[in-house]
Amino acid sequence: MNSPTITEPRRNYLNAAYSVRSWLLTVDHKRIALLYLLSITFFFLIGGLAAAFVRVELMTPQGDLVESETYNKLFTLHGVMMIFFFLIPAIPATLGNFLVPLMVGARDLAFPKLNLLSWYLFMAAGTLGLYATFAGGVDTGWTFYTPYSSTYSNTYVMATALGAFVAGFSSILTGLNFIVTIHKMRAPGLTWFRLPLFIWSIYAASLIMVLATPVVAVAILCVGMERLLGIGLFDPAKGGDPILFQHLFWFYSHPAVYIMILPAFAVINELIACFSRRRPFGYAFIGFSSFAIAIVGFLVWGHHMFVSGQSVYAGMVFSALSFLVAIPSSIKVFNWTATLYKASVSWQTPMLYALGFIGLFTIGGLTGLFLATLAVDVHVHDTYFVVAHFHYIMVGGTVMAYLGGIHFWWPKMTGRMYPEGWAKLSAILIFVGFNLTFFPQFLLGYWGMPRRYHIYPEEFQVLNVMSTAGASILGIGYLFPITYLIWSLRYGKKAPPNPFGHTGLEWTTPSPPPTENFTRVPIVTEEAYNFLPEDTARKVEEETPVGSTIHS
Amino acid sequence: MNTQLSFMPEQASSFAADVDALYGFLLLVSGVFTVLIAFLVMFFAIKYRRGSLADRTQGEGHFFLMELAWIIIPLLLTMVMFYWGAVVFFEQTRPPEGAIEINAVGKQWMWKFQHPEGNSEINDLHVPLGQPIKLNMISEDVIHSVYVPAFRVKQDVLPGRYTTMWFKPTKPGKYHLFCAEYCGAKHSEMRGYVYVMEPAEYQQWLAGRNQGLTMADAGQKLFEQLRCNTCHLPEGQQGRGPSLENLYGSKVRLQNGQEVIADDNYIRESILRPASKVVLGYQPIMPTYEGQIGEEGILKLIAEIKSLGKSEPAANGQGANSEPGAGHGAPESNQSQPQDQPRPVEQN
Repeated sequence: MNSPTITEPRRNYLNAAYSVRSWLLTVDHKRIALLYLLSITFFFLIGGLAAAFVRVELMTPQGDLVESETYNKLFTLHGVMMIFFFLIPAIPATLGNFLVPLMVGARDLAFPKLNLLSWYLFMAAGTLGLYATFAGGVDTGWTFYTPYSSTYSNTYVMATALGAFVAGFSSILTGLNFIVTIHKMRAPGLTWFRLPLFIWSIYAASLIMVLATPVVAVAILCVGMERLLGIGLFDPAKGGDPILFQHLFWFYSHPAVYIMILPAFAVINELIACFSRRRPFGYAFIGFSSFAIAIVGFLVWGHHMFVSGQSVYAGMVFSALSFLVAIPSSIKVFNWTATLYKASVSWQTPMLYALGFIGLFTIGGLTGLFLATLAVDVHVHDTYFVVAHFHYIMVGGTVMAYLGGIHFWWPKMTGRMYPEGWAKLSAILIFVGFNLTFFPQFLLGYWGMPRRYHIYPEEFQVLNVMSTAGASILGIGYLFPITYLIWSLRYGKKAPPNPFGHTGLEWTTPSPPPTENFTRVPIVTEEAYNFLPEDTARKVEEETPVGSTIHS
Repeated sequence: MNTQLSFMPEQASSFAADVDALYGFLLLVSGVFTVLIAFLVMFFAIKYRRGSLADRTQGEGHFFLMELAWIIIPLLLTMVMFYWGAVVFFEQTRPPEGAIEINAVGKQWMWKFQHPEGNSEINDLHVPLGQPIKLNMISEDVIHSVYVPAFRVKQDVLPGRYTTMWFKPTKPGKYHLFCAEYCGAKHSEMRGYVYVMEPAEYQQWLAGRNQGLTMADAGQKLFEQLRCNTCHLPEGQQGRGPSLENLYGSKVRLQNGQEVIADDNYIRESILRPASKVVLGYQPIMPTYEGQIGEEGILKLIAEIKSLGKSEPAANGQGANSEPGAGHGAPESNQSQPQDQPRPVEQN
C-alpha cells in the first residue's frame, strides 16, 4: 500500500486509468459523479442561454426580438433543462454520488453498475430533450398542462415529456442506491446519530425520489396515451378531466422542489459546521426536520391549484398543510443561525455561499407563506411573484448551495485548490446579481404581471429592465467559477487531504481519494462534528496531516 | 400616479383592501423575520470571526426551550395567516344573491362576454360601479384564467365545466384584464380591459349597443330552432322529455337512483351528453347536441331554462311545492303531443 503524503498520492481515482473507455464504463462512484458534473454543467449552460434570450426579450414590452411561438419555446426550454436536467440531479448526482460512500466509509455505492446505468439513462433523457429542442422545440411550459399539451400543442411534446420520463428513472435509481448504501454500508461505529447531517438530508431527498417520481411517470404516460392514441383522460372533449393532470403532476412536482432543496440543506449543514468550527446547534432537530419536510411535502400539492376550480374546502386543507412546511424550514434556519453564536467563523468562499443561502432561502421561504395564504395566492398565482419566489428557492437556495458545495469539495474531487480571491469575487457577484434579477419580480407580480407573457403592458417595463440588468451580472457571475475551476485543474495549488479542517471520513483520505476510497475500513469512535479546540486543531493538522484515524 | 411609485395595482374592488391588508400583515411578519435573521447571521459572523477575541465560553443555554420557541412562534403566526387568508378566500368564492350574471367564454386567444341584456363584447368587459358581478365562465379549448389585478381576483376557466368568480367594483376606471394561465402562442395577447362605469352610464352603454334580444330570449329562439320544445313541454303536459320549468336549481332524481342538483354544469352535460344522466321515468332517447351548438349557444339555452323559473336548492326531504312558481317567459308552445310516459318523480 502506498503511504499517503501531502504531495501527489501515487495512485488515485483520477489517474488510475486514462482511456475514454475507463471513464464511460467506470463503476467508480467518484468518476460517475464527475460524468454527472460535466453533463449537468452542459445542460445548465443551455438552460442559461435560453434564460438570457428570455430576459433580453423582456427588456421591451412589445416582444420585438423573437416571435411569440419562439419565446414560449425558450421559456419552456429554460424550465425543462434547469429543472429536470440541472436542479434535480445537481447536488444528489454530483456531490451526493461523490460523497455518500466517502462519508459513510464505504468503498462505493451499494449498486455501482446501477449507478452507471442511472447516468446513461440521464444522458438518454437529455438527448431526447435536446432532440426535441433542435427538431423544433416544445412550447407547453415545463408544467405540460393539459389539454394544451395533450391535444392542442403541435410542438415536440412527447419527445420532451419522454425525456422527463426517462430522467425520472435515473433519479429513482440514484435515490434507491443512496438509501441502500446508507442503510447497509456504514462503517463500523458509524451509528445513525453519528452521521454527518449531509447524509440525513440526502436520505430524506432519496425517499422522495423513489416514492414521488413514479407518479410523474404515470402522468407523462397518460399524456402520451391521449396524445398518441386519442384515449380521453384529460381533454373534456374526449370525456377527460384537465384538472386530473394537475393533481398527478403536482403530486410529483411539489415534492420535486424538496428533491432540489433538501440536498441543498445537506450541503449547507456541512458548510456552516466547518466554517464556524461548531457542531450544528440542534443536530437531531435539523436531522428530523428534513424528514418532516419530506413527509409533509407529499401532502401540499393542491396549493398549486387554489384557482384551478378545485373545491374550496380542498383549497383550505392544502393551505393549512402548506403552512406546516414553514415549521421544519424555520427550525433549520434558526439552528444554523444559532450555530454561529460563539463560533469561530471563517469567511472563506464556501461560507460566503452558505451565508448567502441563509438570506435568500429565508426570503424564498417567507414568500412561500404569501402563496400558501389563500386570498393572497388568488391575486399572485401565475404572476411574477411566483416566478420570483421559486427562483429564490431553486436558484437562491439550491444553486447557491451547489456552488458552495462544489467549492468546498473541489479540492477533494480534483486534488487542487480553487483561487480564493476570484472565488470570493464571483460569490459576491452572484449574490448581488441574483437579488437584482429576482427581487424586482416580486414587485412585478404583486403589481399584476402574469408569468409567461411575451408582450406586456408598458408600465411593467422599468422593473423588467432592472431584472434583465441584474441577470447580466448574474450570468457573468456564473461564468467566473466555470472558468477558474477549469483553470485550477492545472494551475491550482495542490490540495492537502483536509484543507478546511473539517470533520468527517471524506477528509481522512487523500485528495483526490484512491479508487477504493479508504485503504483500510475506517472505524468511527466519535460523534459527528467533534471539532477539537481551535489551537489544538491547528497543531494536529500540522503534525499529522493525513488520515490519522484511519492509519493509526 | 400613486401606482407608479408604489408598484401596486389600484384598489378597485371590495376585495382589494382586504387582500392588501393581509398582504401588509405578511410583509410585516416576513420583514421582521428577514431583518432579524440577516442581522443575527451577520452580527455573529463578524463578532465571532476566526481570530477575533470575542468571548466564546459556552454557557448553560436553554437548548430545548429555544427549539420549542422557534417551533411554536412560527406555528402560531402561520395559523393566523391561514385563518385570515381562508376567511377572505371563502368570501371570494361565494357570490352574493342578486349579482349581475355575465357569461364569459375563453378561447385561443380571446375573451367573449355576454351580458344578460344581450350585449356581447370581445376582450373588454363593461360593468357598473358598486354592484356585485358574477362571471359564469367556460373555455372552448384549453385552460385559461381570468385575472383582474385591480380587483385582486383570478379564476381558471376550464373546458367542459363552468367556473365562477365574483367581484364588486368600487372605483370607476379602466383596468387590465389578463389571461393568467398559459394557453399557447398568443397567451400574452389574450387580454383587454374592464371598464367600471357609473350605473346610469352603464345602462346607457347597454342601451346604446343592444342587439335586441336578451340572453333568455335568444335562448328561447335557439330552444325552438333546435326543436327542444317538441319533447320538453310546459309543466302539466306529458312530453317525451321532462318539463324544464322550475328545473334550474332543483333536485333531479336519476334513473340510477342518484340525485343531482340541476345547475349549469348538469344542464350543459344533459345537452351535450344526454345519456350520461337520464332522469328517472324517461327513456334515453335524446340525441346529443355536441357539434351542433357552441358554448355560447349553450349559455343562452341555460339562460332560457333559468328564465323558466328558478328554484332554490330544495331542502332535504321537503316537498316540491315550496319552490317558487314559474316567473316569466313560460313558452307558449302548443305543438304538444301528449305521451303516455310517466311524469318524473320529482321528490321521494
